[in-house]
Amino acid sequence: MKHIISVLVENKFGTLNRVANMFSARGFNLASISIGETEDPEFSRMTIVTHGEDQIISQVVKQLNRLVDTVKVTDLTRQPHVERELLLMTLKLSKTQQHEIFELINVFKGKVVDIKQKSITIEVIGSPDKINTTIDIFKPYGIKELSRSGAVAIHRGE
Amino acid sequence: MHSSGQTLNGSEIFFECLRRENVEYIFGYPGGSLLKVYETLYDVKDIQHILVRHEQGATHMAEGYARATGKTGVVLVTSGPGATNTVTGIANAYMDSTPLVVFTGQVPSTLIGNDAFQEADIIGITRSITKHNFLVKDVKELAITIRKAFFLANNGRPGPVLIDMPKDILNASCAFNWPETVEIRGFKPTIKCHINQVEKAAHKIAKAKRPLLYIGGGVISANASEELKAFAIKKNIPITMTLQGLGAFPGNHPLSMGMLGMHGTYWANQAVNTCDVLIAVGARFDDRVTGKIETFAPQAYKIHNDIDPTNVDKNVKVDLPIVGDAKHFLAAILEEMPEKLENLEPWLAEIQTWREKCPLTYTADDKDLRTEFVIDEVSKQTAGNAVVVTDVGQHQMWTSQYYIFNNPRSIITSGGLGTMGFGLPAAIGAAFGIKDRPVILFCGDGGIMMNIQELVTAVHYKTPIKIFLINNSYLGMVRQWQELFHKEKYSFTDLSDSNPDFVKVAEAFGCKTFMADNPDTARDAIKKALAYNEGPVFVDFRVVKKDMVFPMVPAGGSISDMLLARLNPKTMV
Ligand SMILES: Cc1ncc(C[n+]2csc(CCOP(=O)(O)OP(=O)(O)O)c2C)c(N)n1
Ligand SMILES: [Mg+2]
Repeated sequence: MKHIISVLVENKFGTLNRVANMFSARGFNLASISIGETEDPEFSRMTIVTHGEDQIISQVVKQLNRLVDTVKVTDLTRQPHVERELLLMTLKLSKTQQHEIFELINVFKGKVVDIKQKSITIEVIGSPDKINTTIDIFKPYGIKELSRSGAVAIHRGE
Repeated sequence: MHSSGQTLNGSEIFFECLRRENVEYIFGYPGGSLLKVYETLYDVKDIQHILVRHEQGATHMAEGYARATGKTGVVLVTSGPGATNTVTGIANAYMDSTPLVVFTGQVPSTLIGNDAFQEADIIGITRSITKHNFLVKDVKELAITIRKAFFLANNGRPGPVLIDMPKDILNASCAFNWPETVEIRGFKPTIKCHINQVEKAAHKIAKAKRPLLYIGGGVISANASEELKAFAIKKNIPITMTLQGLGAFPGNHPLSMGMLGMHGTYWANQAVNTCDVLIAVGARFDDRVTGKIETFAPQAYKIHNDIDPTNVDKNVKVDLPIVGDAKHFLAAILEEMPEKLENLEPWLAEIQTWREKCPLTYTADDKDLRTEFVIDEVSKQTAGNAVVVTDVGQHQMWTSQYYIFNNPRSIITSGGLGTMGFGLPAAIGAAFGIKDRPVILFCGDGGIMMNIQELVTAVHYKTPIKIFLINNSYLGMVRQWQELFHKEKYSFTDLSDSNPDFVKVAEAFGCKTFMADNPDTARDAIKKALAYNEGPVFVDFRVVKKDMVFPMVPAGGSISDMLLARLNPKTMV
């Protein structure tokens, strides 16, 4: 089962490495990891997506907690949370399909961030599932390059 | 001692911090990035620096010292090769939860990342084998970093911490301020156990007909032997110990069943197999203990107390996890226990029948020398009160079986990593910490060569260790597996044609030496060695070549697969 884990860490060099390293050293699956500074510059928040049975996930959470640079570890999976991912994608632009492409961009509430003679770069924000679907749908039009941010997530407010 | 607020350079701050951490010994080796530190050290009189001959030796010495005393071992090495030479020792300390602080010199900050002379990314290299590590980037951070490192190393589950100190930081100056308190947001070990859980455990144990204590090294780290004794003896609960747990409970007490697991006693393993409540304390269900997980203590309600939550439910799913310090747990459980327990006499009687059915025995004649005899004899001559250090291999397992450990912090051995070469330096380190009991090393003829250079250190410091070489001319433990499981293909384990004359080697280093090749000479050599305290004494015990350690549960096997004797009887010599 997929789990999304939010980790508050010390904003220090090497923290990302420690976390990623722990996953590889212990053979845990690591689907995505994203990190950024929080409202307090002393901390960063990491969002980790991993897959595994409950017993493994409980080890993942404990091992994360054991790292000295982690301050708080929360498995958001079964708690109310919002999860988003950013997709940047460059598509081939051909005259014949131009119209269809623009239509689809609208359907996915995407944004055009760059446009050239033969290519168009768009951004789409959504749940990782939505991002997967977006990619599938655009595939036939010719994806030149894409980049995903990995999921970021946060607890829903009270 | 310098006072707070005084301007000091990094090297002076370094020693000032060690003073405040009450460090007695530094095990170290100098080099380019540490020149300033060694310059300062020249005039330091209140901390003793022990010069080793290889940095791996320094780490194992610090480990031996730490395990024998409970204090944190301190290592000081230069950058690059000095640092990488400590890696095995750090990994060993990590696996066996030994508190160390390892200081590595580093190239100047400005050169880091440039493939500078003697640069190694020791922070990256040791990330997964330290509890935590630090690169000091500013001399103002040095004191607090050292404070944190010592705090981390010896709080919660102990372990090694590394501090990388660039050369320019050691030369730079700032006002010295010793932080009286230390606060690490991400490190809050649970010491006190959840009392509800303890209560639940107490009720379970009270209703058990066949309870069993399974004791690991955590009990020794927590200095909880007295609490263990009080609980077990009062409630009459039998005890088995892991390799690292030996000595937590006196081996000569009738409730002690010795070690469990792969080379554990028959009766301890049968008890694990049959118990209805298993109380694991400071143990981690290692595969050398459990064998096949599915058949480990199959009938038991499992209670597990450990200070490290990651140990709980890692290998074996337990029924009642109790995170916290073993000392607290054992004291609390005795408090919570109802007065009335089940009658445990039938259970103890059953254990006794197993004990009588398959005791640990060996046949001795007056011609051939067997390791079991040597260890048995040492155990008797020292009344189980020595500090015993081992290397890795057959002699290690025989030590666990035939030396009767009556005190905690008395077996010092590489359990988790199984590091050959650990023994000699660890024994030296232990002897720096322990002056009132003999420190004895049992080491194989393979392993002794892995850190033989430290004989110099022992001789130089007149360290009165007893080096008992168990010389079977084989990489004995590997040979045993080859005989049992690999078609008797003795591939590269016969050392008889290549081993040196160990007596001559030891003599050349300056050791007092003896040789023994039969029980009589052995008994005599042990007596003389124990009486000699002017420096290290080295005894070459020429034991039979093809002896095997039994009982043995083959790797990944169940208790029912236990081998009690040689499958294929052949001559031993
Ligand atoms: C550094 C290292 N290399 C290899 C091994 C694998 N190993 C385990 S026991 C052993 C044989 C040890 O032989 P010896 O030191 O003579 O002890 P004995 O088993 O004969 O008592 C070996 C090679 C190890 N544990 N450590
Ligand atoms: Mg040998």
